[in-house]
Amino acid sequence: MKAKDIAELLDEPACSHNNKSKSGCAKLKPGATAGGCSFDGAQIALLPIADVAHIVHGSIACAGSSWDNRGTRSSGETLYRIGMTTDLTEQDVIMGRGEKRLFHSIKQAIDDYHPAAVFVYNTCVPALIGDDIGAVCKAAEARWNVPVVPVDAAGFYGTKNLGNRIAGEAMVRYVIGQREPDPLPAGSERDGIKVHDVNLIGEYNIAGELWHVLPLLDELGIRVLCTLSGDARFHKVQTMHRAEVNMMVCSKAMINVARKLKESWGTPWFEGSFYGVVDMSHALREFSRLIGDDGLAMRTEALIAREEKRIDEALAPWRERLRGKRVLLYTGGVKSWSVISALQDLGMHVVATGTKKSTEDDKARIRELMGQEARMIEDGNPRALIDIVRDEKVDVLIAGGRNMYTALKARIPFLDINQERDFGYEGYQGMIELARQLALTLESPVWDAVRRPAPWALNKAVSSTDETVASHQPYEKDMATSAVEAGVEA
Amino acid sequence: MNTRTTVVEKRKKALSVKPLKSSSTIGAALAFLGFNRSIPMLHGSQGCTAFGKVFFVRHFREPIPLQTTAMDQVSSVMGSEDNIVEGLKTLCEKSAPAMIGLPTTGLAETQGSDVNMAVGNFRKKYPQFDHIPVIPVSTPDYTGCTESGFAQAVEALINVMVPPAEQAGTRPGTRKKQVTVLVGSMLTPGDLEALKDMIELFGLRPVLVPDLSDSLDGHLVETDFSPLTIGGTAVSELPELGNSLATLVIGASLHRAADLLAERTGVPDYRFDHLIGLDAVDGFVSTLSEISGEPVPEKLERGRAQLQDAMLDTHFMLGLSRVAIAADADLLKAFSDLVDGMGATTVAAVAPANAPVLKTVAADKVKIGDLEELEKLAVANGAELLISNSHAVDTSKRLNMPLLRAGFPQYDLVGGYQRIWIGYQGTKQALFDMANMLLELERGEIEPYHSTYAQKSTATTSSTKTSELRHDGETATDHRGRQH
Repeated sequence: MKAKDIAELLDEPACSHNNKSKSGCAKLKPGATAGGCSFDGAQIALLPIADVAHIVHGSIACAGSSWDNRGTRSSGETLYRIGMTTDLTEQDVIMGRGEKRLFHSIKQAIDDYHPAAVFVYNTCVPALIGDDIGAVCKAAEARWNVPVVPVDAAGFYGTKNLGNRIAGEAMVRYVIGQREPDPLPAGSERDGIKVHDVNLIGEYNIAGELWHVLPLLDELGIRVLCTLSGDARFHKVQTMHRAEVNMMVCSKAMINVARKLKESWGTPWFEGSFYGVVDMSHALREFSRLIGDDGLAMRTEALIAREEKRIDEALAPWRERLRGKRVLLYTGGVKSWSVISALQDLGMHVVATGTKKSTEDDKARIRELMGQEARMIEDGNPRALIDIVRDEKVDVLIAGGRNMYTALKARIPFLDINQERDFGYEGYQGMIELARQLALTLESPVWDAVRRPAPWALNKAVSSTDETVASHQPYEKDMATSAVEAGVEA
Repeated sequence: MNTRTTVVEKRKKALSVKPLKSSSTIGAALAFLGFNRSIPMLHGSQGCTAFGKVFFVRHFREPIPLQTTAMDQVSSVMGSEDNIVEGLKTLCEKSAPAMIGLPTTGLAETQGSDVNMAVGNFRKKYPQFDHIPVIPVSTPDYTGCTESGFAQAVEALINVMVPPAEQAGTRPGTRKKQVTVLVGSMLTPGDLEALKDMIELFGLRPVLVPDLSDSLDGHLVETDFSPLTIGGTAVSELPELGNSLATLVIGASLHRAADLLAERTGVPDYRFDHLIGLDAVDGFVSTLSEISGEPVPEKLERGRAQLQDAMLDTHFMLGLSRVAIAADADLLKAFSDLVDGMGATTVAAVAPANAPVLKTVAADKVKIGDLEELEKLAVANGAELLISNSHAVDTSKRLNMPLLRAGFPQYDLVGGYQRIWIGYQGTKQALFDMANMLLELERGEIEPYHSTYAQKSTATTSSTKTSELRHDGETATDHRGRQH
C-alpha cells in the first residue's frame, strides 16, 4: 500500500478525530505500546465472513498465533475458522518466491475448500520485499473464476484501527455492489408489512449475541441484508449497497464504509448500540425513523413496550443484587458509552470509563450519561487501572481479555467485554446474561478466600488482625504485607 | 538408545492450512519469561507483540510482560535502530528490569536491522543503564518454530551472561551441590516443578535455565501488579553457572546452547532427549545418583514401581493401538518414544519445522507440515488417538478420535500449563489418560447379531422396558456389569 493510500484512509471526514494529525491516531512509543497492528485490525474486521477462505500472506507469526481465536460465531459455514497462511520460508523471502507461493496457495484453497471467495491479507514481510498481492489476486481471479480480494494491511502501516478501515475499504472497492439482493423468501410475506432492508456495520456476532437481536428485527419486518461482518456470507456483502439504512454498531472502526455507502448510494446511516435496554430501544427507533414507514413505527413502539416490560420484570431480582455496585469500565470507542447505559439499567454506578479510542461524540455521550464530572481514562495502563480501582472503591472491572489476568492478580472481580468472550450481551435478552455474569463474579466467595491470609500468617500478624479479616474491602495492602512479613519471619 | 533413521518428509504444498507452527520469535520471548524481573521486547511491529501476548495469556492464563519496538512505516523503511534505543531506554526508566530480552521478528530481519549496533548505541547514549543486561537474539519467524526460538534465546543468554571460566574465575564443582539444568520449551511449568523436586531429592540444588515454573505457574503473589516477570531464575545466577557440578540438558533442541555452555565453563554435561517413559526417567535418575553420589531415594523407587504397574495395567489398551502426534520436534520425539515403549505405533507424526532429533522419532516417517496433514495421515493410517495442541479439537471431533492435549497452545482447557508429563508420576498419568481415552472408544465391541431364527417374544421385551423405566439406576448398573 502506498503512503498516499494510507494517508487517504487516515483522512476520514466522518470521524470527529479527523482534525488531528494524520500520523495514524497517535505515534507509537517503543517500549510502551500495547495493541494490535493493521493486519490484526483488518483480520478482525473480515474474518467472520464465514464462507471465505482467509489467506494470510506472510511468515508464520501473523497467522500462527492468531488463527481461530475469536469469539465470533457462524450459523452454518465454518471455513473462516480454518487458519490459512503462506507461511513464508527464508528461501521465499531471499529468492523472492512469495508471489509464486501465494498464487499456488490461492489455487490450493479453491481446490480443497471451494470457498465463495478468497481474501488475501498482506503482512509486513511481503509488503517490505514488495510482493504485489493486488496483481496476484487479479491473476488468480481471472484464472480460477473465484473472487480473490486483496486486503493490503501490513502491520507496520499502523494501528488496528487503520486496519479496520483498510478492510472496510477493500469491501467497498472490490465486493459491495457486485450483486443484487435475493427476492424475499417465498412465504415470508405478512399482510400489511412492507419489509425494509438494512445493514449492520461493525457487528461481529460475538458469542452469537446478534441472535438475540435478529428475531426482533424479523418481527418488525426489517431484513438484515448483511452484517459486516458477524455471521456474514460473501454473497450478502455483495448486496450491501441496496440497504435503506446502515447502522454503525458499537464501533467507529469501519465508519469509512458507512460514509462511502452514503456518498455512492445515498444510504443514510446512524450510530447505535444493542447493549442495554435504553440503547437497544433507541436503535430500533432509529431504524424506524430513518426508514419512515408508519406501520413500522407502530410495530416498533409496540415491540419496545412489550420487551421493555418483559425484561424489566426479568431483571428485577438481578437489580436487587447489583444495585449500587461500583464499576470501572475500560474499553474502546463506542463501547465506552454504550455499555454505561446497560450498566445503569442494572442500577450500577459507573465511576470511570476508558476513552482512549473514543471520539469527541463518544465523550459527549459519556458526559450525558455520567454527568459533567465523568471520570475519563485516557491512558489505561494496568497500574493506573488498579489505582483507580483502589481510589474509587470499585467493585468490578469491566475490560478486554488482555487485562483479565492483570485484574485477577490484583484480586479484582472482572468481566470480559471484548472479542474473545464466551457470552453474548446484546439485545434485551443479553441483559440477563450480562447481569448473571456480573453477579457471578461480584458475589463469588473466592474473593474473600484469595484475599484472606493463611491462618498461621494471621496468628503471627502483629495488630489489627480481626479488623482485617472482617473487612470485605478488597485491596487492603497492609493486610497482604503483614501476611508476607509473617511468612518471611517464619 | 534408538538406532533407527526416520524419514523426514519436507513441506510440499504451497499453503499451510490449520498451522501447527508458532513463531520462533515468541519462542524466544517465552524463554526470557523464565527469569525474575525480566521482560522481552520484540523488535518488530506492534502486532508481533500483541499476537504473542494474547497467545501466551490464553495458554497460561497469566498476565504476560511483553513489549515492542513498535516499528511503523517510517522506521520499517528508513531504519529501526532508533526504535530499539528508545524502547530499551523506556523500559529501563519505567521498570528497571533485571534483564531485557530482544528477539527480532521477520520484519526487522527482512529490513536488515542491525540489532547489535543499536544495543551498542544504547550503551553509549545511556551508560546509566549499563547494569541491565540486554540479550539480542535473531529469531525471524520465517525460520524455525517456537521450540527453536526458545533454544536460540537460551544460547544467546549464555553467550551474553556466562563468561569464559578463565576470565570469570569459575571452576566446575566449586558450588558442590549446584547443577545447571537447561530446559527446552516442551516442559510445562508443572514439569519443571516436578523436575526440581526430583533433583532436590538427591540433595542437589538445581538452577533452571530458564525457570517458567517460578514465573508462569499461576501462583498468586502479594504485589498487585508487576510490569515484569514475577518469578523465575535470578539473573545473578547466570554468571555462576561455571561453578556448577554438572549441567543437565533436557531436550535435543538445546544442544547448541549446551555446547556453548560447556565450551565456556568446562562443566561436564549430561544430555537427555526428554524425561517421559520408564527408560528416559531411569537414565535421568541414574545420572542424578551418579552426580550426587547419593543412592536413589525410596520415594523414586516407589514411583518407578508404580509406573511399572501402570504399564502392565494399561498395556491391554495401549498395545497395538495407533497414535497420531503433531508437535514441535522434542515433544514429538518424547511421545513417540512413550507410545513405542507401550507396544503401540505412531502412525502419523507431524512437526512444524525440521530439527536433527526428528531422525530418531519412533515412527517410519515424520512430515514437516500442519494439522491438515495430521488429519489426512491420521485417517489414511487408521489412527485411534491424537496427541496435539488445542487447534486439533476440530479434527478430533470430526474424526471422533480422542485428543490428548499437549504443546502450545492449549486455550480450551484450564491448567494445561500445570500438567506434569515427565518423571515416573507424570508418565504414569499420561498412560492412564491415554488408556482411558481408548477405553471410551469401546474398541473391539462386537456388533450384536440377531439370528433369523430367534424367537421374538413381545411380552418379554415390554416387561424389560417397564422395569427399565421404573428402576432406571439399577438397570443401568446391570448393563455395565454385564458388559464386563
